[in-house]
Amino acid sequence: MNDFRNQDPALLRGMTQRRLGRRDAFRLAGLSAAGLALAACGVQGKRVAKPSSSAQAQSAVQQYWSGKVKNGHVDFANWPLYMDPKQPELKQFTDQTGITVTYKEVIQENAGWFAKIQPLLAAGQSIDYDLMVVTNGIQFTQLVELGYLVPLDHGKLPNFAANAGARYKNESYDPGNVYSIPWASGMTGIAYNPKYVDTPPTSYSALWDPKYKGKVGMMADSQEIGNFGMFLLGIDPEKSTPADWEKAAAKLKEQRDAGIVRKYYDQGYVDPLGKGDIWLCQAWSGDIFQKNISEGTDLQFVIPDEGATIWTDNMMIPKTAANPVDAITLMDFFYDPKVAGGLAEYINYVTPVPAAQAVIKSDADAASGDDKKTLTEIADSPLVFPSDADYAKLRSYRNFKNTDEQKQYENIFQAITTA
Amino acid sequence: MNRGLFRGRGLQIYTWLVIAWLVVPIAVMILFGFNDTRGRFNTTWQGFTFKWYGQLFEIGDLTQALVNSLLIAVLTMVIAGVLGSLIGLALGRYRFRGAALLTLVMFAAISCAEIVMGASLHSLFITLGVPEGFPTIVVAHVMFSISFVAVTVRARVMTLDTSLEEAARDLGANTWETFRLVTLPMIFPGVLAGSMLAFALSIDDFVITNFTAGSTVTFPLWIWGVTRVGIPPQVNVMGTLIFAGGLLIAVGNIIAARRRRA
Amino acid sequence: MRTLRARLTPYALIFPGGLWLAIFFVVPTVVMLSLSLQSGNVVDGFAFTFNWHSYVDGVTTYHDQIVRSLLYGLAATVIQIVIGFPVAYWIAFKGANRKSVYLFLVLLPFLVSFVLRTISWQYLLSDNGILLGPLRDAGLLPQDFRILATPAAVIGGLSYNFLPFMILPMYVALERIDPRLLEAAQDLYASRVQTFLRVVLPLSLPGVFAGVLMTFVPASSDYVNASVLGGTNTTMIGNVIQNQYLINQDYPIAAAMSFTLMAVLLVGIFAYARALGTEDVLEVAAR
Repeated sequence: MNDFRNQDPALLRGMTQRRLGRRDAFRLAGLSAAGLALAACGVQGKRVAKPSSSAQAQSAVQQYWSGKVKNGHVDFANWPLYMDPKQPELKQFTDQTGITVTYKEVIQENAGWFAKIQPLLAAGQSIDYDLMVVTNGIQFTQLVELGYLVPLDHGKLPNFAANAGARYKNESYDPGNVYSIPWASGMTGIAYNPKYVDTPPTSYSALWDPKYKGKVGMMADSQEIGNFGMFLLGIDPEKSTPADWEKAAAKLKEQRDAGIVRKYYDQGYVDPLGKGDIWLCQAWSGDIFQKNISEGTDLQFVIPDEGATIWTDNMMIPKTAANPVDAITLMDFFYDPKVAGGLAEYINYVTPVPAAQAVIKSDADAASGDDKKTLTEIADSPLVFPSDADYAKLRSYRNFKNTDEQKQYENIFQAITTA
Repeated sequence: MNRGLFRGRGLQIYTWLVIAWLVVPIAVMILFGFNDTRGRFNTTWQGFTFKWYGQLFEIGDLTQALVNSLLIAVLTMVIAGVLGSLIGLALGRYRFRGAALLTLVMFAAISCAEIVMGASLHSLFITLGVPEGFPTIVVAHVMFSISFVAVTVRARVMTLDTSLEEAARDLGANTWETFRLVTLPMIFPGVLAGSMLAFALSIDDFVITNFTAGSTVTFPLWIWGVTRVGIPPQVNVMGTLIFAGGLLIAVGNIIAARRRRA
Repeated sequence: MRTLRARLTPYALIFPGGLWLAIFFVVPTVVMLSLSLQSGNVVDGFAFTFNWHSYVDGVTTYHDQIVRSLLYGLAATVIQIVIGFPVAYWIAFKGANRKSVYLFLVLLPFLVSFVLRTISWQYLLSDNGILLGPLRDAGLLPQDFRILATPAAVIGGLSYNFLPFMILPMYVALERIDPRLLEAAQDLYASRVQTFLRVVLPLSLPGVFAGVLMTFVPASSDYVNASVLGGTNTTMIGNVIQNQYLINQDYPIAAAMSFTLMAVLLVGIFAYARALGTEDVLEVAAR
């Protein structure tokens, strides 16, 4: 917003009059030339070569971690709705290790977060955080390609080695957990408000149903919305081709132009869903659960029959972190089954620690009444502990061969969401 | 005397309706600062409470954001206040080559779309590899405030009588003494008004800040960030307190102006 | 010596502030122009290649958003004139000794953060919110009626947020009209409507003109209202620029769109000024 609080007629005259002499024009041109000279250098990118052998990778780890010591503090950047606001786990961590934690919910979307930190990391500057959580996908790949992540010293991750589920030790986007270990996984499915939606949706086609005109929320993220379009058409997003993307985009465009979509959301869909502005929408599993807990609402989440997207949010250390030792200590702390159990009880996302299920069950046994019921539900929930059959229905985002392919994908789907 | 053409009963009601329209969102903001909500979604009325005023600083990052905003606004007020006043003084008092160019640049800065200014500064910083953060926000805020201060001060300077300064010099004051003892006190109302304007512009700025903040968070940026998961009542309380502060200053001004007139 | 010093004084005074404006306002605009002519991506870096395609691609892809922004800006400006003129008129002619109080009330929204005000409207206009909910329950509105996530909500938000910028200059122009002119017109048997059309309206035009300048630019380049109050097909060019710079990091397209927006607004302002004969109207305003 431009503020023109003081009204000065001379100002307007200056804006609209030709007063600039030739001499002034030369001066302005000179200044511009200086700017142009400065600008011609371009914006730097720094792709780094991948370590070609495990020995090389190992030496990179040693080189980075040698001489690094505990400083007693860690700055942690995470997404909203990813921890009990009272932060019991962090308090326990501080009691146990003496390391204090500043926890900020500053990450609202992967791309926006990456765009914020990339210029800082490119300049070798601190991003003010030692630990951050980024989803597998385009930005994670870029962080790795640009060499912005610290190679993890697995000697400092004993809990991870002991307690992480096999699936989470061998993720295709970071084989061998060189740069990251999972924070939590989650599904993108359909959430609905039973106050307005009588028949629980079982298929993606519900989001294309004209009777929900103006009451459907979709996500603005091109990977999320692209996957929904492909699931509707029975296409496996992991194996999709550019032709498939076009087909999915055509479907999504149809949905938009029919007025069915109300808006393309980031994480902001939760509140409108509760208020009834939207009746059903694309949603992340745990968000709905937390909204219900904190507000007493009765929102529902379903995995459609066609399958759903599974993603993993990963903890990682940016290369300019001031307190890497403290950060990796905290990362490992979350792999203590008790801690993982407590966290899953609150956030209701898939925990990478299978042993947490037993912890939640014993918590349930110790509890009574409503708490007991809730905890038992969580321990048995396929959204927190998916079975192998559940996993078989879940698909990841598409991995891109190169930046051009990724741009092509983004352009196709952003044409839908930013129209 | 009855000025104007129409009796204006209808117009009066109309004016009050428009004012009501302007004030409605503010009333909502203030009201929900008193909402006894339990979750993080402060959207349905659940009863009256004062507790958020007691727990005003419970949310660490929010407090930090507000402190950042205040610090940035004060720095902007001081730096833009000084630099802008000097320009205003020069433009109001002297005729010199380049004055037209400077005026043009200032008017361009005032009338330029905010997003364009933010985008160009962001372009500069990423090109030079300057890390964005607190200092770059201050730089940006000073940049867009200078012109407003200069215009305000120039308007004041132009109304002044130069004979007082001549008299001071005739009485033996040197340039600095004349400036300090005569010129400055005379233009001070303009400087004060300009600086306060700079403060107000800075503390409320969202667009340019969004482009130059890096990972630093100010009050408007924090609010923007949490809209997707629900705004805690503390934001309403802080908004209310800022509103009340502005109200007090403005009412004080009006009363002072009345008294001077009387 | 003294004259040299006197001649240098203004330059010494403007030097620090002028330098600040040069480095952080003029130079960045040029850097942005340069960026718009580069090509590349974040991972491999961007290099200057005289890549005009960013402009071609940008305008092809986003012409809808550009046109929409100008239309929304125009609509908001017209609404503001219609809503604001009677208010400015009433305060100027009937405000008596309470004028400053009324003006202050009009300016009240500026004491609350712009973002917060806009979010407040999102809350107020929600489908089952305190405004629409009861109306729908009473059967006064169709079931699928909504304001939020429509162009009307965005234009309404823009009109709301910048209205004081429109009222203020119109008030200043109206306030300057000598009441004796009105008396004279009526003494010459002009009807009230005639007096209004022939005397008040022409004399208030400079204020309207100034108000348009002050509201059209921020309204048509805004992205906050569209993202908070808008839905599908309400994206403005500001959203595109914001998105390309701060999310996608496709800097050349972002810079090209930003530069295009600046050029379009500048051309618009100058054309508008010329059409209205700025000199005359502004001379009146200056008095």
